[in-house]
Amino acid sequence: MIPALATLLVFQLLGEALVLMTGVPMPGPVVGLALLLFTLVLRPPVLGAIKPTAQTLLQHLSLLFVPAGVGVMLHLQRLGNEALAIGVALVVSTLVGLASAALTMAWLMKRTHR
Amino acid sequence: MTAALPLPGALADIWVYLSATPLLGLTLTLLVYHGAFLIYQRSGFNPLANPVAIAIAVLATLLWATGTPYATYFEGAQFVHFLLGPATVALSIPLFEQLARLKRLWLPIVGALVVGTLAATVTAIGVGWALGASRATLASLAPKSVTSPVAMGIAEKIGGIPSLTAVLVAATGIIGAASARFLFDALRIKDPIVRGFALGTAAHGIGTARAFQVSEEMGAFAGLAMGLSALFSAVALPLVAGLLLKWV
Repeated sequence: MIPALATLLVFQLLGEALVLMTGVPMPGPVVGLALLLFTLVLRPPVLGAIKPTAQTLLQHLSLLFVPAGVGVMLHLQRLGNEALAIGVALVVSTLVGLASAALTMAWLMKRTHR
Repeated sequence: MTAALPLPGALADIWVYLSATPLLGLTLTLLVYHGAFLIYQRSGFNPLANPVAIAIAVLATLLWATGTPYATYFEGAQFVHFLLGPATVALSIPLFEQLARLKRLWLPIVGALVVGTLAATVTAIGVGWALGASRATLASLAPKSVTSPVAMGIAEKIGGIPSLTAVLVAATGIIGAASARFLFDALRIKDPIVRGFALGTAAHGIGTARAFQVSEEMGAFAGLAMGLSALFSAVALPLVAGLLLKWV
């Protein structure tokens, strides 16, 4: 578990460093994700070493959103003032996002598999 | 008076001491989330009993009732929050494992990713603008379908409020996870690959967690979508949302 966690942190660190050096408009962890993916393609055995820890982390992914979500306390005034706009925008755009992604994918799968 | 009621005073002292250490925020976060997850489990994983929503509501109420500032709570909770970074890196694992399928299904995947991500962003800005949301709110809303560390980075770049974006990201995940089953059934989308991928595209980590609870296959595609959407959004959203925000 420790080597796996260290590996994930090293790639995150490499990602952050690369972003700082090149100024690419991307968050460090995403660059870390791409670097680790690239490493896995070149050296597939790395997978076995990090998979269990990565899976544990991803299984509890929704827990990780809780601390930031509690920050709702800080924005009660803005959320109250713009409640209608924010609420409707959230619901509509989430449903539109879900539906458009699903319908596009189903349609393209049907077309390419014929 | 103090002799008659020694306990509340002592308790209050303990509370004052403990609430100032990171231990309390961290312990509370884990305990409350665990409790929320048990409720979710007992409901038979009913999407409407979303554990993130329950945990946030309970914690925020608790902090408000005890007069604890968010900053004090976050000193402890930041250890959980920090793990979002390594968890984002860890998304490379489901991506790597689905690489063969990814090559075969690249066109449907890229199509769904681009259409889903852009549709969610454009409708969020459009609806928010039509209903009179302020510019800072619109910029904070724009990246809300992307996983938090990435979304917060985008919000900062386009003039939003990162901490507000984090809240809107959580809300989006909860709405997506709670509504997806009903929406997909209504649209007659049955393929678990498509359901998972759409959930990961529109509702990031909370949607992915929900997909994993339904099936491993659905979860893998949700994780794949979330990783790809993070990559695509980090590049495309600052441009697209930046352009739209210039108009409104």
